[in-house]
Amino acid sequence: MLHAYAQAFALVFDPYVLTVILCSALFGLFVGCVPGLTATMATALLVPITFFMPPVPAVAAIVTATAMAIFSGDIPGALLRIPGTPASAAYTDEAYAMTKKGQAEVALGAGLVFSAIGGLFGTAVMITSAPALAEIALKFSDYEYFWMVVLGLAGAVFIGNSSILKASISLLLGLLVACVGLDNPAGHPRFTFGNAELTGGISLIPMMVGMFAVSEILRFVVHMDPPLQLATEKIGNVFKGMWGLLVKYPWPLVRGSALGTVIGIQPGSGADMAAWMSYAMAKKFSKEPEKFGTGHVEGIVEAGAANNSALAGAWIPALVFGIPGDSITAIAIGVLYLKGLNPGPTLFINNPQNIYAIFLVFILANIIMLPLGWLTIKAAKNVLRLPRNILMPTILLFCIVGSFAINNTVFGVLLTLVFGVLAFVLEENGFPVAPAILGVVLGQMMEENFIKSMIKSDGDITAFVTRPIAGFLAVSTFIILLWPVGAWLWRRHLRPQPTA
Amino acid sequence: MKFNDALLGAVFLALSIAVLVTIQGYPKIPGQSIGPGAFPGLIAILLGGCSVALIWRGWRERRAQPLVAIGAWLGSPRHVANFLVATGGLAFYVLASDKLGFLICGALILLALFLALRVKPLLALVLALVVPVVIHLIFYKLLRVPLPWGVLPVLW
Repeated sequence: MLHAYAQAFALVFDPYVLTVILCSALFGLFVGCVPGLTATMATALLVPITFFMPPVPAVAAIVTATAMAIFSGDIPGALLRIPGTPASAAYTDEAYAMTKKGQAEVALGAGLVFSAIGGLFGTAVMITSAPALAEIALKFSDYEYFWMVVLGLAGAVFIGNSSILKASISLLLGLLVACVGLDNPAGHPRFTFGNAELTGGISLIPMMVGMFAVSEILRFVVHMDPPLQLATEKIGNVFKGMWGLLVKYPWPLVRGSALGTVIGIQPGSGADMAAWMSYAMAKKFSKEPEKFGTGHVEGIVEAGAANNSALAGAWIPALVFGIPGDSITAIAIGVLYLKGLNPGPTLFINNPQNIYAIFLVFILANIIMLPLGWLTIKAAKNVLRLPRNILMPTILLFCIVGSFAINNTVFGVLLTLVFGVLAFVLEENGFPVAPAILGVVLGQMMEENFIKSMIKSDGDITAFVTRPIAGFLAVSTFIILLWPVGAWLWRRHLRPQPTA
Repeated sequence: MKFNDALLGAVFLALSIAVLVTIQGYPKIPGQSIGPGAFPGLIAILLGGCSVALIWRGWRERRAQPLVAIGAWLGSPRHVANFLVATGGLAFYVLASDKLGFLICGALILLALFLALRVKPLLALVLALVVPVVIHLIFYKLLRVPLPWGVLPVLW
């Protein structure tokens, strides 16, 4: 164990890896700060580059960039009233109200400091719980894995703020996409239409670039909003008064971090959900709920910590079971597979140094967030003035190269175009995109475990529920699945019957 | 552009029927009761069910929800042009990059999109020439991605 930690230290504290961390930190801070560029987009754009790196720096780049982007999404929220990433949307109005009151530095400082603390909290939970969960996961067979995947997918559909029906359709479309190609238990080419490129399946990375980067660019080119206006020019010392806030609000901080971690672990709901829920919770438990919305820092403390801790939480099921906690880890799992670091409990036994290296990167990223975040806040005025009509076309060219680079064929670019337009249309019509991505990532795993279980049990479906853990997971899944039906019946029951 | 739920439901229903028809031709795994068609079939049936629910919902709300609601941007020729330039740029790259090469295609796509997004013409021209070269150097030289040269000779 100690030996593995020493190896992990050597892996992370290597000049090349540290340079990667620094560059991706700056990249993440920049992407998060520009409205319209999300943390998921940062990941999708990074993947083609990490493709050419060894495993540890590749994962380090993603971890660092996303942690930074989630924090720096707060900056345009406070200065422009436009969240830089969806994870900051929950408290954008609050932060902007504080800026209007001349407290921009308090809003941004709280965002920065409590993001870092929340991130470290989530990391601590990950370090303590992931290896223990891996021990349990070792006992899992195909049945349990099948239920884990179903549970994860059910969570993706039912926990979210969009229509369950539309989320289900989005998920099923993703699962269908995962069916394309030769890579199925029978080795039969499915839905390939005789196209040689499709026999290999639909490559995840061009698809992600399309759904998360090209669709954002399309949204930008058709947006009709007026140009952005900075609310303030001067920002004081962001670290001033932070100790006071820490002493004043220890509970919101702990509550936000804990809730964020749990929401992160739950597949399908990530940092944005965590921020919304913990902001609501902060208001509910606050001694001064009437101040919320008028420029009160308490909600920013709690929700700012929550969205960063969710990020770390999402990695727990990703590393232990290979089941992503949100769309960012869905992309990251793709990278882990590409790098031969197939996630799952055996990763903890065979390559513990890689896992420990990921832990170290998380700690490091949340620590360097403080100085680098401070610099970004200082530079924010200039970053926010960057003309987006120059930035977006440049990103489009990056998308082209990135989707080409995976298989070195223009077919990747075609996939990016198709999935970019598809995601754009789906989102315009209220279909969430994240379940589709989870479907694509988990589809193959789900099918494999389903078919293997069926073959093992000779087509006997009861075998899926007779093992104790499998039975427990099955029951949990059905509770999640039947929850909305139950809630609907309950509401009908409560509603007084119309008399006329 | 918002479509009525019933319209989208019909599209998804058609998709699930197409999948069910396609998998009829798939072989079984020898000695097993299930084959490569089992899993897509299951998904298609679920998708079909959801589509019917969506159609029903859209039909119920047909008064409130028009068949196709044109988004604000579709009424503005400038924004429609932006959309077409962005998607057309990608399509153009797919069709022409092998023949013309990355640098020429990249420059043309950028120039078109910059101009559509109202970047000053001179700045647009300079950036359209410089940015592809920088990206090419990063990916071709540093990461060794074989971006096509097309009609240009191999320069570096």
